[in-house]
Amino acid sequence: MDETDLRLDGNAVAGLLAEVFALEMTTAVVRCAGCGHDDPVGAATVYANAPGVVLRCRGCAGVLMRFAEIRDRVVVDMRGAARLELRATG
Amino acid sequence: MSPITRGFRRRQEEPPEGNRLPPGQYLTRDFPVLSAGPTPDIPLDEWELSVTGAVDAPRRWSWDELQALPKEQPTVDIHCVTSWSKLDTGWEGVSVDTLLDGLDVFGAYVVVRSYGGYTTNLPLEDMTDGKAWIAYGYDGAPLEPEHGGPARLLVPHLYFWKSAKWVTELEIVETDEPGFWETLGYHDYGDPWREQRYWGD
Amino acid sequence: MSSATGATERRIVGWRPATVREVIRQTPSATTLILDVPAWRGHRAGQHADIRLTAEDGYRAQRSYSIASAPEDGYPAITVERLDDGEVSPYLVDEARRGDEMEIRGPVGGWFVWDARDGGPLMLVAGGSGVVPLRSMLRHRALAGSDAQARLLLSARAPGNVIYRDELAGADTTITYTRAAPGGWTGYARRVDRDMLAAVGFPPAERPRIYICGPTAFVEGVAAEVVALGHHTDRIRTERFGATGG
Repeated sequence: MDETDLRLDGNAVAGLLAEVFALEMTTAVVRCAGCGHDDPVGAATVYANAPGVVLRCRGCAGVLMRFAEIRDRVVVDMRGAARLELRATG
Repeated sequence: MSPITRGFRRRQEEPPEGNRLPPGQYLTRDFPVLSAGPTPDIPLDEWELSVTGAVDAPRRWSWDELQALPKEQPTVDIHCVTSWSKLDTGWEGVSVDTLLDGLDVFGAYVVVRSYGGYTTNLPLEDMTDGKAWIAYGYDGAPLEPEHGGPARLLVPHLYFWKSAKWVTELEIVETDEPGFWETLGYHDYGDPWREQRYWGD
Repeated sequence: MSSATGATERRIVGWRPATVREVIRQTPSATTLILDVPAWRGHRAGQHADIRLTAEDGYRAQRSYSIASAPEDGYPAITVERLDDGEVSPYLVDEARRGDEMEIRGPVGGWFVWDARDGGPLMLVAGGSGVVPLRSMLRHRALAGSDAQARLLLSARAPGNVIYRDELAGADTTITYTRAAPGGWTGYARRVDRDMLAAVGFPPAERPRIYICGPTAFVEGVAAEVVALGHHTDRIRTERFGATGG
């Protein structure tokens, strides 16, 4: 398996994000806390073949957000996202 | 309650004889690649491994220096928290005991750091007495980058997320410091035989 | 979508039951499943849904599939291509029957979508089963009576792999075969490259809306070439299908 095949984008986790945030998230613009790069979540790099889901910055490859489904809960770590900008209409 | 999907079942190999699979695990014959990020590309002439932190003197090995250390060829079973297990995997590498030989340590825990930023944590005693290796060979060939090459940590008695790929540093610390998956809800210790997948198990 | 009073509507997306209504074999390796989902509230062209199967022993597997139907169809349909080592796709392609039950979460996706009111021209580039969401867009365009121009460039391994071939056939669809072309074929028989994109697509001056879908390596390669041709990144939307799971 090529390393490329493991690399997806934010579209792949639209369902998980919608369930966590109760909003369509792929159009939200996320700013990387590491390098300041902005991207729609749908364009961010996603690694989903792991014990959790990792959303990474296309600029610096730093971690923007991480998710794990632990029993009946979803754990979200967003320290890598300095801010999110989204339209509130669903 | 989810509806049952008629005729759908998990794809798995026949379970082996005996009691070799921890609870909730399924046998696989391929070697799934799981990753939290891009595969780092580390030229061997830049690669280094260090033991740092609460020790009398930090140690560092270049690739050539690591290769010159006594090698072992452990054959072990590995268990991933995502439920697959692979039996009788063959590795080549250096025992962590060799790396720590003669070193005075003042901490009981280790933070394992990888190229690319991944971290994991475990008690020092889970890395000693023949329980852990820095592995650079798998199945008779150099360890492939997607599986952690040039070298990864191998600690088969714990869930495989503790066997950090692309390892570069073992930092001895006095207090336990949960790593990448541990801070996201995975178990701090991770014993597959007690099914310690998540925090609180 | 806002309600008439302007208040925002937050729809909680969760798993809902879905029943297979109809099974349509598209190619030897791809099947379309039309699903019955109670209280389905519609979708936008390009969106996808997560599908979850539960085995008798409680084992669950979930995958994401683009919605193949148009919003005007009023129901979700997914088109699945079988991955040989897959766990879910062989079941959905070869086993699933009318009446079978699964769960659906969605529709989801607000970025890789096209609404007729967005206008065109529309430049669509698909690698293999990446054609599914683009078919939804083209079907929506036709059913909505849009006059936006649209061109589809579809990369397929061989003629037997072309999903919706008859439906998509026409002057605005270009196929390139990467492994085996039909006898007497005078069209493209190579991987998508910059020259092909320039010849088949719209020029940057027309500011097309560009959608690229397929395996990650395909999408990233095509996106780079499209940028090199002078298209602005703001006009390019991508959706990568991984090789993870199947």
